[in-house]
Order: sequence, then C-alpha cells, then structure tokens
Amino acid sequence: MPVPVPVPAPVEFLGVATNGDGTADSAAPPAGTAPPPAPDDLATLKVVPVRHYARWAATGTVIVLVAQFAHGLFTNPVWEWGVFRDYVLSETIVQAVGVTLQLTAYAAVLGFLFGTVLAFMRLSRSPVLRTVAWAYIWIFRSIPMIVQLVFWFNLGALYDRLGVGIPFGPVFWSVDSNTLIGTIGAAIIGLTLHQAAYSAEIVRGGVIAVDQGQLEAAAALGIPRLRQIRRIVLPQAMRAILPTAGNEIVGLLKGTSVVYVMAIGELFYQVQVVYGRNGRVIPLLLVATAWYVVLTSLLTVVQYYVERHFARGADRTPPPTPLQRVRRSVRDLRTAAARRGGPVVPLNLAEGKR
Amino acid sequence: MSDVTDLSGAMVDVRGVHKSFGPLEVLRGVDLQVRAGEVTVILGPSGSGKSTLLRTINHLEKVSSGWISIDGELIGYRRSGGKLHELRERDVLKQRTHIGFVFQDFNLFPHLTVLENLVEAPVSALRRPRKEAVATAERLLERVGLTDKKAAYPRQLSGGQQQRVAIARALALEPKVLLFDEPTSALDPELVGEVLDVIKDLAGTGTTMIVVTHEIGFAREVADTVVFMDGGVIVEQGPPPAVLDAPQHERTCAFLSKVL
Repeated sequence: MPVPVPVPAPVEFLGVATNGDGTADSAAPPAGTAPPPAPDDLATLKVVPVRHYARWAATGTVIVLVAQFAHGLFTNPVWEWGVFRDYVLSETIVQAVGVTLQLTAYAAVLGFLFGTVLAFMRLSRSPVLRTVAWAYIWIFRSIPMIVQLVFWFNLGALYDRLGVGIPFGPVFWSVDSNTLIGTIGAAIIGLTLHQAAYSAEIVRGGVIAVDQGQLEAAAALGIPRLRQIRRIVLPQAMRAILPTAGNEIVGLLKGTSVVYVMAIGELFYQVQVVYGRNGRVIPLLLVATAWYVVLTSLLTVVQYYVERHFARGADRTPPPTPLQRVRRSVRDLRTAAARRGGPVVPLNLAEGKR
Repeated sequence: MSDVTDLSGAMVDVRGVHKSFGPLEVLRGVDLQVRAGEVTVILGPSGSGKSTLLRTINHLEKVSSGWISIDGELIGYRRSGGKLHELRERDVLKQRTHIGFVFQDFNLFPHLTVLENLVEAPVSALRRPRKEAVATAERLLERVGLTDKKAAYPRQLSGGQQQRVAIARALALEPKVLLFDEPTSALDPELVGEVLDVIKDLAGTGTTMIVVTHEIGFAREVADTVVFMDGGVIVEQGPPPAVLDAPQHERTCAFLSKVL
C-alpha cells in the first residue's frame, strides 16, 4: 500500500503542483521545490494606520492648558518670583526646614519602632497584649492629629509632675512635666504616638504576608526567636511594608506642618511668620511648597533604593537601577552612532540580502 | 512512664502518640522505634498522618498525648521530680538543632544567598564561629554538588537544586536524625532523581533518617524499615520486601496496588 505523501499546506492558494499524488491543481504554473512565494500584491500595498482623533484632541487640549499654566507662572506678577528667590534659601527658612526634617526623622523612627512593638503585640498569643495593642491602635487612629498635639501641649494641666516609683505606691523621683517634655518634645511625642498606630498596622500587614513556611523552617533550624524575627521575618516583610511605609513617611513629613499650632519653628510656621510680617503670602507659600516637593522627592529616591535593597533574591534577575539604565542607554546610543557614522557598507549589505 | 526512659538504644522513640486538631484526631496511638544509622520510610495515603507524625518528632506540632525522645532525650518536656515540665521555647529550639528537617517546599530563605542559608543556623543557634560555619557550608555544598551556586539566591535555582540546598542546610547543624517530609513531591519528575540521589548518598554514610515519601522504588532501595500508615495508625512495618512484596494487611495491599 502506497504511503500517502504529505501535501504542502495551503494548496489552492499557492497553486503548487505537487509531483506524484495527483491531488494538486495542475492548472497552476509549477513553482518548483522553492518555499511558497510571498503574496507580492500585499507587499506592495500601502499600510494606513488607525487614526486616534479623540486621543489627539485630548492631547492638544492638555498641551494648551499646561502651556497656559506655565506661561502664567512666569507672567503673573502675583507669584513674585523675586520674593521667592529672596526667601527660599534664607537662614530662617533653611533652619525651619531643619526643624521639619528633625520632627519627621524622630517621629518616623520612633513611630515605626513603637509601631513594630505594637504589631508584634497584636500578633502575640497573649490576649491581654493583643487587646491592649488593638485598643491603642483604635484610639490613636480615631483622634485627629491636631487634637492629640494640643492635648500633649497641655500635658502639664493633666499630669503636672511625672515620676518613677512603685505603681500605685510611693514615688521616688519626679519632675515637672513641662520641664521634662518641652514644646518640641510634646510635638515629637504626639507625632510618634499617632504614627505608631498607623505603622503598627503596616508592619503587621508585612509580617502576616511572610510565608508561614519561613517561620517553620527557622523554628526547625532552632534559630532563636528574636533572631527569627530580625533576620528571617522582617527582611521579607519589608517588601510589603516599604511601599506603604514610604507613603506614611511622606505623609508624616507634610503632617509636621500641623505642629504650627504649637508655635514650633518648622517650615510652615516660619513661612506664616514671615508673610504675617511682610504680607507676601503667595511667594512664601511657594517657598514652603518648593521645599516640601524637594524633600518628598528626596524621600522617594531613598525609598526606591531601600526597596531595591530588600528585593534581594525576590527576582531571578534584579532590574537595573536608574543609573545603570542611563549608562546602558548612553552605551546603546554610542554604538548606534558608531554604526551610523562608520562604514555604511555592512548595514546596506545586510539589507540587500533580505 | 518507665518505658519512656528505657529506650533500648533507639535513636528515635515514639510512644503512644496521639494528636488532634480540634475534633479531628490525626494520630491515634503511634509507636515507632528507629535505631541509629537506620533509614525508615513512611508510606501511606494522603491524610494518614505521616507528615503530622514527622512534625511531632521535632515538636513543630505538640502531641496531644504520648512521648517522643531522640537519643534518650524527651522532646518538648523535661522530667524532674516525678513531673513532666513543658520546655520553654528556647529549650525546644535547642533540641531542634539535633533534628534536621527537610520540607516538601524547601522553605529556603529567599532573601539570603545559598551560603547564608547554610550559615545562619549554625552561627545563630549553635554559636559556631562564622569562619567555621562557612567552611562547613562549603563542604556540604560540594557534597550536594552545588559549589558554584553558593552566591546565588534560592529563586535563581531549579526546584531540585533548591531541595539539595535545603538538605545541606539541615545537615549544617550536624543533626542526630534527619526528617524528610515528602522531599520530592513539589518537584518536576525529571528533578526527583537528583534529590533522591543525595538522600541515598546520606543513607550510605549511616545517617539516621525518617523519610515520608510516595517513591516506592526509593523505599525498596534505601529503606531498612518501611512503615505503612493509614487512618492515624501504623498498619504494618518491616523490611521493604516484607511490606512491599508480601503485605499482610488489606489496606497496605490496596494502597500499593494504587501506587505501583
């Protein structure tokens, strides 16, 4: 029995006469054994791309609006760029930026430390620890920061002396609470306690996102409990913690402006003092805006690299840093330029072959 | 109580172990003795309690009743003054350094390099000098054939390579006994062999091992004792030919006819 010869696939389109089996269209001119010829008529046609009229209209509108705004920035005299220039790097303002950074740093570090403790209390097996942590988070998330700050500012009215002694028993040593804490101290405590309630939930979210198997493996290897948390759990939890924590710290940086109610010389308070004196409200608000934007941008960059650090091992091939990316594209541009500027023959040859 | 301290030389001694999760009784009275240098393979259908038994041996699960001891040392408890005192977590962790455990899905630490995965426990749990731990780790990586991967992160390795790292990690503590919880079940078929080869190699060097697996061929080749579990009890146990070729119990026959 003759073995059927495989037929080249689209017989009718190609019109190839196959030798032997007699099923092919014999009317078509024989094309030999060469691969099926390309449909020449399609190749010669012009391709018309889709027209995105709505997209173009939207793009145009946005360009006009942005241009208008940019034009206004430079032509509207109310912005008073001269005043902005005078103040943006003035000693008062730079010092105030320092205070803002100080408040942010203290509240962020202490808030996240305390928040981490609260997170592990909420994850504890002790119902008392769990409940206390839960209640703390509940209360401090419920109080507006400004209300809480004013509370701390008036701590002296609530507890005029703070001391060390036996609970419910005698006090051995005590100090006037206003002396101990002071205005900046009160602000830092307020911001920290507020921040801790939010960070606790962020940290807890990160910790419960770590695979249970990681803890089991650490326990099976006999790694001490604190070390398990510090070395195995937290570094992995950081992947989930960092994006939200970055948000929180940026929020905190701007949130420090609330302490102006306590007359602390941070950025927003100082700006208000200055425009209260000279009446140049808009340019001084611009000064504050510019600084907040700069500081937030710096934080964003820091966040990017911290996230990258904790992404170790998460990807098979880690993505390049922006710097590496810039270097690579410079290299690519250079090779492309060299190819264009150099001998043209090989490129043409390659195209000619096609 | 007397039989708990009279261990008759068994490396692993499991006596009358029961374990319940809520109303569900997973282990219903298990007795198992493993002598030093022996390889015991536990077979059985899903849900028969194999993995739970293994996890009670290193106290990842607390037993509901019964006793387990390794090399004469009670696991999870301390006997004094006619009472059993539950051990504190710190002491349980110390006991676990004598028991290597290899998980079904490896559980390597993904944020640490292969070398750091091996160095971590000896340094933090056994307080070995780092230099010494690194040297041991490198020797172990050579033994599992992964010397060139020591700087890699676990996710850059194949499943088989990851499991070999996990075995090396367990060995880094120089445990008295090695427990394997379905070490090849998460692997692609073509990767099973490389992991089984490492375990076989260990068996050849006289390491005491308990292996929960579905690889009947491996059991036949390597095991000194095959244990068949079903419904939370040991149905039958003995040398591989006895259990695998001439099983005495109906349930063993039924299981073997399904998997062979």
